[in-house]
Amino acid sequence: MFYIHCPYCGETREEEEFHPKGQAHIARPEDPDACSDEEWGDYLFFRDNPRGIHHELWVHAVGCRKFFNVTRHTVTYEILETYKMGEQPTFTADGGEGHPEGRPSSDAADQAPLREGVRA
Amino acid sequence: MSQPRTQENRLAQGGRIDRSRKLSFTFNGKTYQGHAGDTLASALLANGVDIVNRSFKYSRPRGIFAAGAEEPNAVVQLGKAEAAQVPNVRATQQALYDGLEARSTNGWPNVQRDLMGLVGKLGGQFMPPGFYYKTFMAPASMWMTYEKVIRKGAGLGRSPMENDPDIYDHLHQHCDVLVIGAGPAGLAAALAAANSGARVILADEQEEMGGSLLDARELLDDKPAEQWVAETLAALSGMDNVTLLPRTTANGYHDHNFVTLHERRTEHLADTAPLKDGRRQVRSRLHRVRAGRVVLATGAHERPLVYGNNDVPGNLLAGAVSTYIRRYGVVPGQKLVLSTSNDHAYRAALDWVEAGREVVAIADARANPDGELVEQARAKGIRIIAGSAVVEAKGDSRVNGARVAKIDAEGFRVVGSAESLACDTIASSGGYSPVIHLASHTGSRPTWRDDLLCFVPNTVKGVAAAGGAQAVYATAEVLADGIKAGARAAEESGFAAGEVRLPSVAERRDGAPCALYQVPHEKPTLRAPKQFVDLQNDVTAAGIELATREGFESIEHVKRYTAMGFGTDQGKLGNINGMAIAARCLGRSIPEVGTTVFRPNYTPVTFGAIVGRHCRELFDAERYTAMHQWHVEQGAEFEDVGQWKRPWYFPRKVNGKTETMHEAVARECLAVREAVGILDASTLGKIDIQGPDAREFLGRVYTNKWAKLVPGRVRYGLMCKDDGMVFDDGTTSCLGENHFLMTTTSGGAATVLEWLEIWHQTEWPELEVYFNSVTDHWATMTVTGPEARKLMAEVTDIDLDKDAFKFMDWKAGNVAGVPARVFRISFTGELAYEINVQANYALHVWETLFAHGDKYGLTPYGTETMHVLRAEKGFIIAGQDTDGSVTPEDLGMQWAIGYDKPFPWIGKRALSRPDTARTDRKQLVGLKPKDTKVVLEEGAQIVLDPNHAIPMPMVGHVTSSYYSPTLDSGFALAVVKGGQHKMGETVYLPMADGQVHEAEIVSTIFLDPKGERQNV
Repeated sequence: MFYIHCPYCGETREEEEFHPKGQAHIARPEDPDACSDEEWGDYLFFRDNPRGIHHELWVHAVGCRKFFNVTRHTVTYEILETYKMGEQPTFTADGGEGHPEGRPSSDAADQAPLREGVRA
Repeated sequence: MSQPRTQENRLAQGGRIDRSRKLSFTFNGKTYQGHAGDTLASALLANGVDIVNRSFKYSRPRGIFAAGAEEPNAVVQLGKAEAAQVPNVRATQQALYDGLEARSTNGWPNVQRDLMGLVGKLGGQFMPPGFYYKTFMAPASMWMTYEKVIRKGAGLGRSPMENDPDIYDHLHQHCDVLVIGAGPAGLAAALAAANSGARVILADEQEEMGGSLLDARELLDDKPAEQWVAETLAALSGMDNVTLLPRTTANGYHDHNFVTLHERRTEHLADTAPLKDGRRQVRSRLHRVRAGRVVLATGAHERPLVYGNNDVPGNLLAGAVSTYIRRYGVVPGQKLVLSTSNDHAYRAALDWVEAGREVVAIADARANPDGELVEQARAKGIRIIAGSAVVEAKGDSRVNGARVAKIDAEGFRVVGSAESLACDTIASSGGYSPVIHLASHTGSRPTWRDDLLCFVPNTVKGVAAAGGAQAVYATAEVLADGIKAGARAAEESGFAAGEVRLPSVAERRDGAPCALYQVPHEKPTLRAPKQFVDLQNDVTAAGIELATREGFESIEHVKRYTAMGFGTDQGKLGNINGMAIAARCLGRSIPEVGTTVFRPNYTPVTFGAIVGRHCRELFDAERYTAMHQWHVEQGAEFEDVGQWKRPWYFPRKVNGKTETMHEAVARECLAVREAVGILDASTLGKIDIQGPDAREFLGRVYTNKWAKLVPGRVRYGLMCKDDGMVFDDGTTSCLGENHFLMTTTSGGAATVLEWLEIWHQTEWPELEVYFNSVTDHWATMTVTGPEARKLMAEVTDIDLDKDAFKFMDWKAGNVAGVPARVFRISFTGELAYEINVQANYALHVWETLFAHGDKYGLTPYGTETMHVLRAEKGFIIAGQDTDGSVTPEDLGMQWAIGYDKPFPWIGKRALSRPDTARTDRKQLVGLKPKDTKVVLEEGAQIVLDPNHAIPMPMVGHVTSSYYSPTLDSGFALAVVKGGQHKMGETVYLPMADGQVHEAEIVSTIFLDPKGERQNV
């Protein structure tokens, strides 16, 4: 069970207080009608499933009701940071702030191409 | 019952038992005596009880094999009273108390004479792995019958048939350093961490803290080790920042240093928690610990050697022999043969000789054993047969001999002829396996160390192993390792660790161990006497070899095929040996074969401890409306809607007979259609929405238009997800230019609020709008029916004129003297007023309505009648008539879609995707059964041609179906492919019993299609 720091409350609380809401930084296209069916389908249905660094959207459901982002390692489950909506992550899969665990693994299986969702 | 036996195997002195306190207990109906400080296992061994169980599959007699959590055989059913029955208790972990009653979980008619045993003896070779799957595979329908017989034969203990009277607690704990295990490493770690001022919890699963120091031969500071244990515990218990939890097993390591501890508080006293000051004590506690740092000082388990008939009672782990002698003053036999691959196991022989019994020989697999303990054994005149091992035990219900032979461990063969030695006990040791279970729970895989012949744990951040748990075994090194781990954990938690003095321990020179797992036999493994790997699951070396021959090469597959490491045992004794055997058969190394994953729980936890107080009336929260007590007094039947208790229907007594639901619903429906009814609708979700951009926001989340809704008006709205599928609906009223009240379905209130928030916070933060749940603040009652206006006129000051207060208007005013909002919305199709008042005034308003309503025939109705009435009008219920795959267009609700709204509202783009634009999608229609007496089954599948060969193409299903007393006919709502263009066509509903119902596709509106009744 995760121990999650809410960037709005400034406290670390039990996972029971939060709801996960999927991958973070998926922006709704500004003009949906300009999207092809495939682009709209990608936005709706396709998400990354990385081995390693993952940015997730969570909500402090029974706390302040605020949504925020979590950078989590999907193998160790370590939460590297939490940050407010509109902010950018410090730890990223391509190295970010030089955090060693943030670098992509050299494991061949990890190099399989991912189908990226539409990102804005 | 016979007379108590003598404790024939009890030494005259020694051990940590209290000889002044004699305890009486029964095992399988016979009465025995033991002492305070005994475990059930040590007391049984003291009394010379050899057979404690029958094995799981072959029903072979089994005796006590180990002295702790790793015991595979002595699993007993505990408890005197029916309500106190506990299955699956290890006798080695159960403290003895006066009056204890225990039974074997296996064995029929009893463990001494077991009929199933014939199977294991005669038919053993006919029961290879997968025997049950292969033999009882067909016909599949008979498996349930086979299973009952097989289960009785196997037996795994039984659950109590009466309610548990005991109380269980959950505690939430926080600490800086959690130390698991209070052996030398754990005590030292706790001491080092505690001295820094950090908050420390020290948990240990045994009756007494001290671990291996309680039976150690070493002196600490020139004193017996147990004395250092006592001094250390005294020091720790005197510190405010330390919590000591004895009899507490760390069963699961979960994410981010969340550890569950199972503390047994009264199980050493009685089978049901005793009273204290007239109140029942808490039987066990589940501590949910969030630790800053965790030190795993879980020690190591000894590995037995795998040789022929190594399961006959009298075969024990070498370390267990020492534990029984030194801790409990019990020698489990007269003549010992020890088979070992290492020095440490020599303790068993030394302890045995010092207890005054005979050691026949030590078979040491190494060519030149030469450590200090070996020298001591030689000095005592014990015969050591180098380069050899016990290849086979002799005896049926007790060991009566051992065949010892020279072996070539690397070549896996016996060299030369075997020697038969008469003995009644064989102790074996193949080395030590660190207890890596908790480290495995973190998801990290252990590493095999060829130099140490074991897996050592890898750990995640915040967790560290110390001592035996990472294969550090010499007492002095273990203590130093513990101090280091404890100090580091404290420092990482922000505390400065001080100096901790280590006790002095004499250095001991140990010879190197050799690798030995399965002992070779003269015969090939498949024809040799059974060599057990996993005693609890009756997995043999031959079984593993067979599995590899049948193509199971992954250790995970071998495990599942043979059942190795299954059940409550979780591979504590057998896993490494099993992997070594699989590796040998596959010609690979142990690390190449890999290890299986250990999962929580480490040892079984009772359901009581897991559940805690969250049972019966505290199982889940129940939500009541303000009128709940009135409903109860009226004899309402209730329905669960989420956590809400809603009146389902209000059965009346007619001529001394209580109405059935059918009768009550028919009466309630007609009352609404012909007079006036009242519904408690308080559970509907209500969200207060305010802000200058509230109107714009509504236009984005609803499918229909909100720009022109003026204060005082109400509108129905449909909500979709961005995939275009309907997920909730309700009405929203304009209370003021920047103020709206949204209603949601009863079950969807929290989901809808979160839905609004996510769009506002993550996509449109620039909109100034605020949301608040007001569901509990307002009670809602719906007064509906042709007489509703007359009744309302008697209790309100609001002008009810049909032109002043129109359908889909709302007005503020007083009802029964209470400030109220009244909404003219209708879910029944009749004239209706929805009265909202502050919840704490609601019962008064409700009762006032009844005081005036009698003359109009005011009738309370429940959710069932509400469903019938709304379905007659074709009003959907989101979640019943929709299922996440239904668009507003599928519902025929194009009138509620603002196709030309300027903002691309949620769900709009998806409506033009090729799949959502198909014309043959399942669409909502009405169904009229040809036989009006038929009420179609909800969920029934719809076909176009009932004579089509099976499988018939299915074109839809029934979503809502009721009997309508107004129409005197069954009727239904359904989704049918292309249904909106199939009006008047006939469809068929084949039922499970062979009947086929016929129905006509009709409009979803069965009553008053023009809406004249609600618009009066």
